[in-house]
Amino acid sequence: MGNLVMTPPEGTVMERVEQQVERPPAAEALPAFTFQVKNLSVWYGAKRAIENVTMDIVSNAVTAIIGPSGCGKSTFLRALNRMHELVSRTRLDGKILLHGDDLYASSIDPAIIRRRVGMIFQKSNPFPTMSIGENVVVGLRLNGVRDRKFLNERLEKSLRMAALWDEVKDDLDKPGTSLSGGQQQRLCIARALAVEPEVVLMDEPCSALDPIATAKIEELITELKSKYTIVTVTHNMQQAGRISDYTAFFYLGRLIEFGPTTKIFTNPSERQTEDYITGRFG
Amino acid sequence: MQFQTAHQHTWRKFKSALASTVAFVSAILVIAPLGLVFFHLLANGAGSVNWDFFTKLPGPVGAVGGGMANAIVGSLELLALAGAIGIPVGVLGGVYLAEYGSSRINLVLRFLADVLNGVPSITWGVVVYGLVVLRFKGFSAYAGGLALSLIMIPLILRTTEEVILLVPNGYREAALALGVSRWKTIVHIVMKTASKGIITGILLALARVGGETAPLLFTAFGNHFWNHNLSQPIAALPLQIFTYAISPYDDWHRQAWAGALVLVMGVFCINIIVRVLTRGRAASVV
Repeated sequence: MGNLVMTPPEGTVMERVEQQVERPPAAEALPAFTFQVKNLSVWYGAKRAIENVTMDIVSNAVTAIIGPSGCGKSTFLRALNRMHELVSRTRLDGKILLHGDDLYASSIDPAIIRRRVGMIFQKSNPFPTMSIGENVVVGLRLNGVRDRKFLNERLEKSLRMAALWDEVKDDLDKPGTSLSGGQQQRLCIARALAVEPEVVLMDEPCSALDPIATAKIEELITELKSKYTIVTVTHNMQQAGRISDYTAFFYLGRLIEFGPTTKIFTNPSERQTEDYITGRFG
Repeated sequence: MQFQTAHQHTWRKFKSALASTVAFVSAILVIAPLGLVFFHLLANGAGSVNWDFFTKLPGPVGAVGGGMANAIVGSLELLALAGAIGIPVGVLGGVYLAEYGSSRINLVLRFLADVLNGVPSITWGVVVYGLVVLRFKGFSAYAGGLALSLIMIPLILRTTEEVILLVPNGYREAALALGVSRWKTIVHIVMKTASKGIITGILLALARVGGETAPLLFTAFGNHFWNHNLSQPIAALPLQIFTYAISPYDDWHRQAWAGALVLVMGVFCINIIVRVLTRGRAASVV
């Protein structure tokens, strides 16, 4: 348990990924795996939230993390960009490599990691003191970018990628909080994309949204994976089935099963996975 | 279960009416002193608030007329000095309490700040007299400003801490997740979100010390003439009121009333600014 070898993927995306994994072309600079997690354990004080998790997260694919509340899936996600460190008295053991770089090397500033690994939260949180436009480029501004032309280009590009440009292009000066819940969440996605991360982590990005807004975000996630690696935590099994290429099932801080979503949902290897997916517990 | 009788119903209604009457009378008693103060100040002071009052120096003993121009300007200078020290220290201290520090240290700091808030203001005058006036051998505007700033610091510190703690954690996380450093997150996101509350705290602290007399008695000391040398004694409105009010001259009494009216109006204006600033409080976050 926890160290399962990944079974060969199926489907078109899987085939593409498989090619990358098995026969890396010489011209392909990106490694096939964005994250390589080895024997990861995380403690909050004396409580162990994550226990000895090993898994590799494939680039340009959507990986869904599912499991009942308190299973450690949010902690795992936050360990991927060191956000869990904001809680005092955390301890981490094991290794996480991001494109080969050790996230927890002593010389690395967590702020640099977070620029490479963006994050979307459960509750949309546009800054209330800023307009829509200011919200999008705030990450660049506060990291020292002054060039107005560059900022404007990045503003439009990010909003287009977040599928929000057409809805807000005439209202860029209005407060970010004036948007609807779903638009606010897409604004947060645009804000995260503006700093051009390599990965986007999503912590239950749709759980506060209505079905229509959820559908838009899901569509967006599927589009974004051509440029980004996406890891998303979700409570919604159907959502995991719809949007993800890989699914990891966590239970009580352990990784129970990890593999292509089609396999996890149709033919899981573990009894616990099957019980959870079919709604027998959790 | 037994239904209540008509008699019980009447008795309950009576108790309810009694309780609301007592509460209403108490509310009136709270507001009444403010009304009385205003009425008295207007009745006794309004006649003496004229152009001379704002533009002239105090007249010599026995002469009728003159004003408190030097005291009004002196008060503003003292407030500027007090703010220059008290605002940065108080705000940054509040930021430390809310954003940094371990919970044990914070518990001690918070307790000490609350104790400082309860220290009688004349104590600050005596402390600064001992620390500054005696050492530099003279009363000065600096000493007065310092005494006022010491009163402001714990006030501003506590209000800043409280409004910063009101800023939802989601905003901090959102900024940090963009790779923004901790201090930039605090300055550009957290403090900006809480800015209305912080400014409100500062204004209320200024209003509070603007009327303080006791801490200035042995520090700023007062002055009958213009003085723009901050290392010399300086006039202040509350000090001037105090001196005039205990004098035996009718004209000085009238001037003291006028000074008190101007002082209260100043505090009143600050409070109105605070109300305007905090009007959108429900809409924005803090």
